Amino acid sequence: MIEKTINFSRRIFVEKTATAVAGLSIAPGVFLNQVAQAKPADQAVTSDVRWGMLIDTNKCATGCTACVSACNEENGIQSHNRPATDQVWIRKVKLRDKQTGHVTSLPMMCQHCEHPPCVDVCPTGASMKREDGIVLVDKHICIGCRYCMMACPYKARSFAHETVTDPKEYAPRGKGTVEACTLCVHRVDEGGTPACVEACNAAEHGAMIFGDLKDPNSEISKELEKHGGKQIRADLNLNTGVRYQGI
Amino acid sequence: MGYLGLLAFLGAFVLAALGSTYYMEHNGHWVTGMNNQIVWGMPHVFAVFLIVAASGALNVASISSVFNQKIYKPLAPLSTLLALSLLIGGLMILVLDLGRPDRLIVAMTKYNFKSIFAWNMILYNGFFVIVGVYAWFMLDHTMKKYSRYAGFAAFIWRLALTTGTGSIFGFLVARPGYDMAMMAPMFIIMSFSFGLAIYLLVLMASYNWTQRPLGDVVVNRLRKLLGVFVAAVLYFVIVYHLTNLYATEHHGFEAFMLLGDNGGSKYSSIFWVGQILLGSLIPLAMIYAPGVANCRKTLATACVLIIIGGLAQMYTIIIGGQAYPMEIFPGMEVLETTFADGATTIYSASLPEILLGLGGIAMSLIVVALGIKVLGFLPQSLDDATVDPHHKAD
Repeated sequence: MIEKTINFSRRIFVEKTATAVAGLSIAPGVFLNQVAQAKPADQAVTSDVRWGMLIDTNKCATGCTACVSACNEENGIQSHNRPATDQVWIRKVKLRDKQTGHVTSLPMMCQHCEHPPCVDVCPTGASMKREDGIVLVDKHICIGCRYCMMACPYKARSFAHETVTDPKEYAPRGKGTVEACTLCVHRVDEGGTPACVEACNAAEHGAMIFGDLKDPNSEISKELEKHGGKQIRADLNLNTGVRYQGI
Repeated sequence: MGYLGLLAFLGAFVLAALGSTYYMEHNGHWVTGMNNQIVWGMPHVFAVFLIVAASGALNVASISSVFNQKIYKPLAPLSTLLALSLLIGGLMILVLDLGRPDRLIVAMTKYNFKSIFAWNMILYNGFFVIVGVYAWFMLDHTMKKYSRYAGFAAFIWRLALTTGTGSIFGFLVARPGYDMAMMAPMFIIMSFSFGLAIYLLVLMASYNWTQRPLGDVVVNRLRKLLGVFVAAVLYFVIVYHLTNLYATEHHGFEAFMLLGDNGGSKYSSIFWVGQILLGSLIPLAMIYAPGVANCRKTLATACVLIIIGGLAQMYTIIIGGQAYPMEIFPGMEVLETTFADGATTIYSASLPEILLGLGGIAMSLIVVALGIKVLGFLPQSLDDATVDPHHKAD
């Protein structure tokens, strides 16, 4: 099922503009890449892009947890050997279709919804969605009420049950606040890709594609257009930024 | 136990609650029974119960001012005192259970107006102001003529407040146990029942301890009203489950809650024994059984059972609703996960959580005790002749 809700008017506009510019440019590919990726540090985040992820569950290897390890390493998430209260930003889930018996393996994390229930319910506005679609928690104004965890349909969020030791300077965290996948926003803002995607590629599975859903020439958009991609709990109409193939 | 002894007894519970808070906040919430699956635990059961009961404690004042029932007028000030004190106790628990209670000022100054939680902060604060003014108008003879208007405002506000509390759960679309607009009216009727049960207990206890006369006329009227409220709560609970039973997608939750399937036996036991039997059917029998009309002990026991049933109901709603696994992958069976996907969560409240909850109740009662002692919330006499001069003994 190809989702139709991604901003199509903008897509057509970008497509037409890009075609016109491409005719005048000697290196159109490089130019388009710059439009989608580059963001100087002093420039505000805009809604010209919408970051998303496409996960091909047929390529996601059962038993492989490269994405989980990379995320924990990147964001300084340490286990206290207490699984019930340890923070989980990304997890591997193995599923079997009750009707067909088909077995699927997939990584599950914040789905970076266009209409995030966590943002709706947050009393202080600590849960927020950036213009580019990345859903984050502002750790400075999170009061630790955990209502967002009640509201998230994906159990994507964890509560910092214990003192955070040695947090990364680019991934602030603190006891008593709620946290979740940031789509490695610190990397994305510098033109990079999330650690999980990098790890999946390094493990030669290539099951995760990161990119701009609004750029028709991005790899993710082309792949979605060609082979489609499903949302988990599509019935909730949240228009997730993370899509799955093979489920 | 004298008055100071009572305060010392209750104060010990408040101190224990503060100690528990320090313990939980210092170590982090991993020392509680809560985890990443059950994020609202026993403190929320007590807190939401008290907040709902606070609105209900205002019943008697509402009946006297809004519906102009003269017999209830002398009872109305106590009603406002109890409403304020229960809300103080409930909010104390709620705030002290936050991950960052030190950021209360953030919650009071930054509002996301799409959040029903943010609206509730405004509703709670407004409740203190409006009910406070209402109490002042009733107790100050120069302002008494305005008390009816304040009472009307308080009546509207308390309905809004409990609508907000019920909607905290009703607006959670992803969880099968919630996601129902009926939560709001159900919480309102729950507030009527729990609040009146607490009110009657406090009324009877305070008149007994201060040796003031309390006649059967007023107590029996409130007893009959309480019976109607308990029956109404039961009706709403039945309709809630019938609605779920009709929709196939909710059958799993109903089997969990009503039959104890899928690891839900603890929650179904609390539902049937705590909420339905102890909290609804036995109190109804005790209220309506012939021959117990003037028996204060029977009525007091019924009130205690209604409170226990109310806590059981909060437990099944708050903990049971979270314990039932969310349908993240409809039509799929979870074979492997590291985050309890598809699995029922077993929650056991830790001692600090229970102490925090009890501390909230103790705080409410301290405020009531102080209010009764310092201000004129209790009339000297509520014997039958004072309450209703035209009353004739049955």
